Amino acid sequence: MATNVVMEALSPTMEEGRLVEWKKQEGEPVAVGDVLAEVETDKAVMELVARAGGTLLKQVVAAGTTVPVSQLVAVIGAPGEAVSAPAAPAPKATAAPETQATQPTPDRSRPVSMPPAPAASQATEAPGTSRAPAPAPAGNGQPAPSGGRVKASPLAKRMAAERGIDLGAVSGSGPEGRVVARDLAQAGAPQSAAATVRAPTPMPGATGPAYTDTPLTQIRKTIAKRLAQSIGPIPTFYLTTEVDMERAWEAREALLESAKGTDGGPKVSFNDLIIKAVALALRQHPACNAWWQDDRIRYWNDVHISMAVAIEDGLITPVIRHADRKSLREISTEARDLAGRARERRLAPEEYTGGTFSISNLGMLDIDEFTAVINPPEAGILAVGRIVPKPVAHDGAVAVRRRMRLTMSCDHRVIDGATGARFLQTLTGMLENPLRMVY
Amino acid sequence: MPTLTYRDALNQALREEMARDPDVFLMGEEVGVYQGAYKVSRGLLDEFGPMRVVDTPITELGFAGVGVGAAMVGLRPVIEFMTWNFALLAIDQLVNSAAKMRYMSGGQVGVPAVFRGPGGAALQLGAQHSQAFESYYAHIPGLKVVMPATPADAKGLLKSAIRDDNPVVFIEGEMLYNLKGEVPDGEHLVPLGQAEIKRAGDHATIVCHSKTVAVALKAAEQLAGEGIEAEVVDLRTIRPLDTETILASVTKTNRCVVAEEGWSFAGVGAQVVDTIQREAFDALDAPILRVTGADVPMPYNKVLERAAKVDPAKVAAAVKQVLYLE
Amino acid sequence: MATSTRPRPRGGLDQARADQYRDWLRQMVLIRRFEEKAGEAYSLGKIGGFCHLYIGQEAVAVGSLAALAPGDYITCSYREHGHALARGISARTVMAELFGKAAGCSKGKGGSMHLFDASLGFLGGHGIVGGHIPLATGMAFAAKYRNTEQVAVCYFGEAAVNNGAFHEALNMAALWKLPCIYICENNRYGMGTALERASAIYDISERACSYDMANEVVDGQDVLVMHAAMERAVQRARSDKHPTLLEVRTYRFMGHSMSDPIHGHYRTKEEVEDQRKRDPIAVWSHRLVAEGLLEESAVKALDKEILQEVNDAYQFADEAPDPEPGELWADVYAEGDGHGR
Repeated sequence: MATNVVMEALSPTMEEGRLVEWKKQEGEPVAVGDVLAEVETDKAVMELVARAGGTLLKQVVAAGTTVPVSQLVAVIGAPGEAVSAPAAPAPKATAAPETQATQPTPDRSRPVSMPPAPAASQATEAPGTSRAPAPAPAGNGQPAPSGGRVKASPLAKRMAAERGIDLGAVSGSGPEGRVVARDLAQAGAPQSAAATVRAPTPMPGATGPAYTDTPLTQIRKTIAKRLAQSIGPIPTFYLTTEVDMERAWEAREALLESAKGTDGGPKVSFNDLIIKAVALALRQHPACNAWWQDDRIRYWNDVHISMAVAIEDGLITPVIRHADRKSLREISTEARDLAGRARERRLAPEEYTGGTFSISNLGMLDIDEFTAVINPPEAGILAVGRIVPKPVAHDGAVAVRRRMRLTMSCDHRVIDGATGARFLQTLTGMLENPLRMVY
Repeated sequence: MPTLTYRDALNQALREEMARDPDVFLMGEEVGVYQGAYKVSRGLLDEFGPMRVVDTPITELGFAGVGVGAAMVGLRPVIEFMTWNFALLAIDQLVNSAAKMRYMSGGQVGVPAVFRGPGGAALQLGAQHSQAFESYYAHIPGLKVVMPATPADAKGLLKSAIRDDNPVVFIEGEMLYNLKGEVPDGEHLVPLGQAEIKRAGDHATIVCHSKTVAVALKAAEQLAGEGIEAEVVDLRTIRPLDTETILASVTKTNRCVVAEEGWSFAGVGAQVVDTIQREAFDALDAPILRVTGADVPMPYNKVLERAAKVDPAKVAAAVKQVLYLE
Repeated sequence: MATSTRPRPRGGLDQARADQYRDWLRQMVLIRRFEEKAGEAYSLGKIGGFCHLYIGQEAVAVGSLAALAPGDYITCSYREHGHALARGISARTVMAELFGKAAGCSKGKGGSMHLFDASLGFLGGHGIVGGHIPLATGMAFAAKYRNTEQVAVCYFGEAAVNNGAFHEALNMAALWKLPCIYICENNRYGMGTALERASAIYDISERACSYDMANEVVDGQDVLVMHAAMERAVQRARSDKHPTLLEVRTYRFMGHSMSDPIHGHYRTKEEVEDQRKRDPIAVWSHRLVAEGLLEESAVKALDKEILQEVNDAYQFADEAPDPEPGELWADVYAEGDGHGR
């Protein structure tokens, strides 16, 4: 059995050593304790000593080479033994495989409450006074001074805040005008007119500012960052197709009709149908149900559909897990619930992460078609336009039929043209002939 | 209640603890035949014999190490340094052996020893005999540092220190040995790690220890004449610090002066100030001021020496400053 | 007492003590193979910081510790792996401590220089040169204080004898007549400085006359001679409560620590090779074989068995867990919680 000889840490601080000179040649016999080579460390020239006996089968690095600690430098074994030593040095710490799933980061469009608005409760001053509006709110509820910073002891600040006294209006008796506790004792009762906190009111008309800067909320920042990432490095291409939705329309109408008589249940929407169809189609085209992971592609066996939901100030994608296995009822109920809670910002992180494919539907906003931005690490997103009656060629004649345009954005690193196209074919087939979903 | 000098209170504590526990012994220069350099161990040799009251050669490092070694195997030595100035020679044993033994051994070997002696200045003893080193030892995890200011505390704290299983640095004061005060008879134990409010007041807190306690009390008396009521907090133990008492007082008065005999840089007061600013920031109406020994080696000349030391006038002035009264 | 070098006993070994003699060989081989393995582990980064190997000095620890009783106290310098093993701390526990694991004898918090086992009277493992010598005096003081038969033994190198602590500690031990044995392992080099360059007097044992203390110069490469000298010192300590200074002449085959080359700057390759000819283990095993107390094959078998024990210790240490994070704060103070503010 061959023994690998590695560069050893010959001093506590050594990280690499320069192999100055080989003292044993290939083919020479070696005993335990023999000097194999001279190595220059950060401190001195030291001897690399053999820890096993045998024949020096291979000098892996040449004299004069600098080698990091732990790297292979030689192999000792029985004479004539085959050496299967790797030619290249072992790479440094590689990314840990299976251990942590790189889930999409939870801050992806996470609903975060906005920072507290300035207290607007006591705006007694009319807009247009000579005082400048207060700067953007910081968390401590400090009223603005008339100019420059107010020096006040921590105690005085606290007392002023508690009593609603404007520190700027108090004259300080401490060094350099510092406001101290006793100054507040003389500052008078709270709620005096001069002591209220004013909100910054945007000025209408010519006397107002030309623009208003609004700081980015967390959600805006996250959307910006993640989707800019998406457009940038992801080689995206787009596939568009038009689906004939007549049969789907009829089928849905029939379903709603039949549900009327019974206790009801959820009203299945077209979006629910599309979610189900997409999920089933993905099962047949697993190449589209994948994540780009920098050094590999993760093909998911499960199908979790992220559905884009517009909320005030932004966008979030709650996930319907195992959409392929759920009934239309279940999908409908879940979608409704998730969308509702999304708008109220009451989603838990596990409810908006972990999707394998996204769907964005702007049909209800009268968009015919659009291209959606891929949500990394997912590889595909389907943009759904509105269902609109239009004249088309059908069975040789012009007929008015309900049509819907789909545009799929694909990450070319994971999905190629034909792959994406075939997926769309299957999807279209299901929507145009709904029984294909259970075929 | 009997009135004793600080010296005799220590003597009483030693006597009681040695009678109570046969493992307690006293070792140091001149502790036996000479009756103690400051007479703290008067009469003990006669009562307990030479195996328990051991005179040593002038070998601070050596006999400190002997004490540590004896404590490692279960005895409870009280090692006396004639003054803490000389104990610098022994600091290797206190820091590298005593403080660390329990930790390095994974909890197996403790050092239940007390190292005691007078620290700080007396009168005109010059630069090498006037140093307050408590912050050196308070810096070290594994040591406890105790500094009684009154006879009652001297007795109670020494008894507690001897019974404590950790190495304790016990710093007395040459100028305190003659101080008289009431000392409870019998089992009077003062817990380590507990400060005491020596004088209550609402307007400002004075945190102090050892000799500066008397100074602070005098300053408080002067201030009371002007209508200012200062609260005097005697730390008693430097490490572990009783932050609760300090913070409660400053939260009440909103202002603080820290007085200490030692030098300013990295002194005990710096730790007190850090604690207050960090944990009672919003209670403060003024920055915390420190009154310390002058940042110089102690001069010999009487007048210069007085100028270098902390006195009631300096403390009172600082209190007025934090009240914005000057 | 005058300095003397006791002559090596001539003639045959006492057959009645054959088991003990073989056990000495076993202990020395264990130390040797353990230290070699530790050196390897250090080179692979499993042991960090400092690592001072005892290779070449095995006979000193084994011969001297064999003369002690279970209740005796031992303190050592930082080159104490061999002493720890000879005193009875298991190879697994010592290796685990070197690796910094919770299963180590100091719970992973001491390391190579701070091996402790209070139950065996093994009281460290100390890093300050000479700093532990007064501790031993203190332990001997405690023995006398309690009127027991215990002795305290202190191991240190020849470079420590110029240190103030050495002087103070020995003076007090002689002055107060304490049952302490001071073993100076003179391996001729204090790190990179030869004894001749550090010490005004070459014969360390002569310092004992400053304290009117009994002393001997001992050939530390002969385990039997070492043991005999130690027995005399132990007897003197237990019965007469007199301390002894033993100057034990030995040699370390490796550098001062793992960062120190074996030879080069301060000693020559020839000198090291010359010393290796008197390898205490080889000397003792040859003698046992020559006097019929051990078969040649048994020597090989012993080595193989020891290698297995050492490899097992290595593996144990490698696989053992680190201390829990909370251990950082434990045992600073006696109350258990280290947050002394």
